[in-house]
Amino acid sequence: MDFGLSEDQELLQQSARDFLARECPPAFVRELARSDDGFARGFHEKLAGMGWTGLLIPEAFGGLGLHLLDLAVLMEEMGRAAMPGPFFASSVLAALSLVDSGASALKKEWLPRVASGEAIGTLALLEQSDRLDCAGIVTRASKTRTGYRLNGVKLFVLDAHVADFMVVAARSRSQGELGICLFLVPRGAAGVSVQALPGIDQTRRLCEVVLRNVDVPASARVADESKGWKILSRVIDAAAVLLAADCLGGAQRALDMAVEYAKAREQFGRPIGAFQAVKHMCAEMVSEIEPARSLLWYAAYAYDHETRNAARAASMAKARLSDVYSRTTNRAVQIHGGIGFTWEHDIHLWFKRAKWNEAAFGDATYHRERLAELAGF
Amino acid sequence: MDLSFTPDQEAFRRKVRTWLKANVPVRERDAQPLEQGDPKRIRAMKDWQRKLYDAGYLAMGWPKQYGGQEADVVQQTIVNEELVLARAPGLIGMMGIQMVGPTLMRFGTEEQQRRYLPRILTAEDIWCQGYSEPGAGSDLAALKTRAELVGDEFVVNGQKVWTSNAQYADWMFCLVRTDPAAPKHKGISYVLIDMKSPGISVRPLIQMTGDAGFNEVFFEDVRVPRAHLIGELHHGWQVANATLAHERNMLGSTTRTQQMFNGLLRLAQSRERYGRPAADDPVIRQRLADLMIRVEAMKYHAFRQLTDTIKRRPAGIGASVNKLVSTELNHDIAAMALEIMGSYGLLARSARHVVDRGSWPIEFMFTLGLVIGGGTSQIQKNIISERGLGLPRGN
Repeated sequence: MDFGLSEDQELLQQSARDFLARECPPAFVRELARSDDGFARGFHEKLAGMGWTGLLIPEAFGGLGLHLLDLAVLMEEMGRAAMPGPFFASSVLAALSLVDSGASALKKEWLPRVASGEAIGTLALLEQSDRLDCAGIVTRASKTRTGYRLNGVKLFVLDAHVADFMVVAARSRSQGELGICLFLVPRGAAGVSVQALPGIDQTRRLCEVVLRNVDVPASARVADESKGWKILSRVIDAAAVLLAADCLGGAQRALDMAVEYAKAREQFGRPIGAFQAVKHMCAEMVSEIEPARSLLWYAAYAYDHETRNAARAASMAKARLSDVYSRTTNRAVQIHGGIGFTWEHDIHLWFKRAKWNEAAFGDATYHRERLAELAGF
Repeated sequence: MDLSFTPDQEAFRRKVRTWLKANVPVRERDAQPLEQGDPKRIRAMKDWQRKLYDAGYLAMGWPKQYGGQEADVVQQTIVNEELVLARAPGLIGMMGIQMVGPTLMRFGTEEQQRRYLPRILTAEDIWCQGYSEPGAGSDLAALKTRAELVGDEFVVNGQKVWTSNAQYADWMFCLVRTDPAAPKHKGISYVLIDMKSPGISVRPLIQMTGDAGFNEVFFEDVRVPRAHLIGELHHGWQVANATLAHERNMLGSTTRTQQMFNGLLRLAQSRERYGRPAADDPVIRQRLADLMIRVEAMKYHAFRQLTDTIKRRPAGIGASVNKLVSTELNHDIAAMALEIMGSYGLLARSARHVVDRGSWPIEFMFTLGLVIGGGTSQIQKNIISERGLGLPRGN
């Protein structure tokens, strides 16, 4: 019985915290938010230099071959820093879609480059219906003589504008989980057009990807009908857990900022943190964050070691931390008062990121219903 | 991170489980907590504690020299968890085991330890806690019960309130004011009072559930030998505080919360609302899922705290977070059950058509009492924000 982080994980946590405090302060986050593409290649290369871009990628493909709990520890720190850039799209979504597949030639071609930070990948999953289940995928994959032809519109695709390749979920049969295949589409493929979708959270960049008669060779198929949805469900669970980790770090940061402000800001002749109305808001944040941290660790552990509990643990963590992050940033903004509503103060960076994290990869309502089904209510 | 138990620990768990299966008194399983002070029931509860003690499953964390098992934290946890799963009755001597015992081990003289500790374990002495007063609830240090030193005796006058077990307790550990001139935290002493002393009267207080779970205790010129003082004169606040935050093993209580949630889920699946099981209603499903997530979070949180204890990391404000979150969660579970039951949730235990023997309305009320008792939610929030976050103390 050891429900805690290992020494290595604690070391990773500390080095990530130090690194991001130095390399990714709010000024840097704002600078990227102002930029056109929200991408700093130099920064991404530094992440690669730490080995993090290949954290989940097996050693045989140039990565560290570590586990989801390790990455959750790292993503918590990235959430604390509200880190912008395509790390999540590339080193989680694209990497895991490939890692779990049997497409060895594609893996050999792309995974080492994702691990080294040289290539950026992403996953094109959602469409107009915004459905996270398999019915949401209606993009067609029709068989041709040499491969497949893709037609459809993908929405809310993370960082497609800077991606060197994307893994596209498309359907070769009309219905169900068994009609979904995954394809690797490189940048510049004929018939692909990428358009930015400006969003409220400037630390994440979303795109529309239109696929019009995009021809890909058979060798571009990452997964066939028998495996496509299986891989995706596992990727979605991982994404839910890791976004929950991002929520945790962000919530902790918002709490820390609120507490610091409550100690310094004086009204009615004393620090506002001396008033119970403010104190109790802070205490409520703590009492929501701490048990949620334990829930998150378990969800990551279950993904790695208890496969039969992984899906429901992922849903629990994502549902809870979506709520907790949003509530925490809401309270933190309120404790800051008027200054918290300004563009100038940093707290809105986390407030907006909370909203993004809440909606992405299934909101709390979605995951609670999924839990109800999985737990057999 | 590794959530498995060692083969030795699993074997220990099986041993405990087997013993409990054979020994938990069956007719006690569904009994309500001790209330009316019925002598037969008290006898039975004392016998149960004695049996547990003889089998080596009591005071697992106590040092051997005081009659404990000196078991490691995991073993303590396993025993607590199995006790809940076996639906074993609570311990009549809990106050002694959890509060006075550890206090005596730390502050008592050898003579005091020899005299009281063994009888705590064997349930020969039952203890009650004399802390709260009508004018001293959340502000405990405002207590007024006066103990005047006359010769080598204290003369005690005053009143305590919310005193559980006082109807049948043999002893009270009590906070009294020995120096009325000193600042409020500095004039308090910690004394042990024989409940059979002349001048003590106990009056039951009826709770909102209709049961008499606690009492008022009145002192009129009660004589207490000076030898019953624990720690130094006027230093009772420090003595009390050392055990006030006495670490509770949390896993037992989260196991209980899980059982309560399982009961709620069974209820939601079996009760029909407007022609379908309540658990099929999308809104109810959302709320059940939310409760389940909070229950599971506390379960893993208890694992984490257990690990911290094993690694000897300071508990910090963990106990306050547990108290705040768990008591409110338990109440929310009971409230949800009542809502699902609709009109049936309004029936008293004695009514025809009553569901689950009327336990949910009692739970609903009882769990709100626990939100208040042992430091209200608001007091816990003060502790978390002041001691945990370093926000300025209020006044």
